[in-house]
Amino acid sequence: MEDLKKLYDAIVDGDARTSKALATQAMEARLDPKKLLDEYMIPAMNEVGRRFETNEYFVPELLIAARAMKQALEIIKPALVATGAEPIGKVAIGTVKGDLHDIGKNLVAAMLEGGGFEIIDLGVDVSPEKFIGAVKEKGANIVALSALLTTTMPSMKTTIEQLQEAGIRDQVKVMIGGAPVTQKYADEIGADGYSDNASGAVTLARKLIGA
Amino acid sequence: MLTDGAWGTMLQSLGLPVGDCPDAWNLAHPDRVEQVARAYVDAGSQIILTNTFGASRIMLERHGLAEQATAINRAGAEISRRAAGDRARVFASIGPTGKMLMMGEVSEDDLRAAFEEQAQALAAGGADAIVIETMSDLGEIKAALAAAKATGLPVVASMTFDSGKNKDRTLMGVTPEEAAEELTSAGADAVGANCGQGIAGYVNICERLRAATTLPVWIKPNAGLPEMVNGQIVYRVTPQAFAAYAPAMRDAGASFLGGCCGSTPDFIRALAEALAR
Repeated sequence: MEDLKKLYDAIVDGDARTSKALATQAMEARLDPKKLLDEYMIPAMNEVGRRFETNEYFVPELLIAARAMKQALEIIKPALVATGAEPIGKVAIGTVKGDLHDIGKNLVAAMLEGGGFEIIDLGVDVSPEKFIGAVKEKGANIVALSALLTTTMPSMKTTIEQLQEAGIRDQVKVMIGGAPVTQKYADEIGADGYSDNASGAVTLARKLIGA
Repeated sequence: MLTDGAWGTMLQSLGLPVGDCPDAWNLAHPDRVEQVARAYVDAGSQIILTNTFGASRIMLERHGLAEQATAINRAGAEISRRAAGDRARVFASIGPTGKMLMMGEVSEDDLRAAFEEQAQALAAGGADAIVIETMSDLGEIKAALAAAKATGLPVVASMTFDSGKNKDRTLMGVTPEEAAEELTSAGADAVGANCGQGIAGYVNICERLRAATTLPVWIKPNAGLPEMVNGQIVYRVTPQAFAAYAPAMRDAGASFLGGCCGSTPDFIRALAEALAR
């Protein structure tokens, strides 16, 4: 394939049709999927994150870039799995019990997936038990909790307490986010990290697991 | 004109369980909803909203209550109407659906149909006007605006500015200028900013809205950011600290002023005092 930079550009520009076509061509040419991912696709999402943080991009651009990334990722996934390449981390993500809002959670999930993480999306109104199950049965090493309402923020605390009681708090890093959530709150409830935006969540997740 | 403050936290103090649908209380506990409405009228609100922020069919569906959309909205408007009497006006609330138009989670037709159903029921319940609030997407707010305009009532269109480095964009990246211009040309009767941040940051947003439209400006900021104290969520901003910005907001061109999350009837009293001085 003549120019993989075009795949990078397609993702940054949010051009899903092109990113999918280029990923398909690359697989037909038997290019190394791991190299494709590490050298073009993840760097493209990093650039998207950078533009978001510098206010060149806002949520719409972030979403269409994540969609272009996802389309390309789906094409290369079978080959990627065949090489035995592992995702850099497994994130069990959900909006906490009592809270039905999912826009923020979906944004963070899309950006984490674009950043090379495997996502176990538990949805909304997620009980502590479900988070515990995702850690025990699916091997999640990061638990990401979202809440939009001040009234449901305490469910974050409960979830962390129950991870503790289940004896698996040490196996996972817990990160939290959502409109009313602050770093101070994260510190108070013993979360490992907090981000106030979807792009920062990727940086945080990498930092938490030393990736 | 003075508007009102938060409803959700007040309903919780009256027994609404966390995670339950507040809007469903319009049918289940109309007396307690009316108590909240009355508390704002008694505090000096000249405009009160309605307990219908999350009562579009699309939001109610999450609680399995979509089929009660009309009844819940109509009851919500009737409750506020009763509490207001001839002391206040009722501006009925329409909030976002929580679904993203651009991701294809919902179609424009579905949005329009859901907002039309909600707006018609609010009008039938006796609302004096409709306020579309806490919106971040121009596509969604315009769908709601068109639906609300179809009732013939005046419509306030308000977005939440809480994103970007300077916290002067909506989640979807809309600036105050874009919001004011687009909503003005789409037929709003007032444009505004609510929720998302405390009152200090909204003074500048108010000025920017003011400069970009000839319509009245509607402002309802939060009572700062919530903090956790001994396991309880508290808003540390006092009514007096909040109200200290009222004169600046008036000078910035706000025609309507109230509070959003974390504010209470005490905030409205404090605003009234600050503006009377």
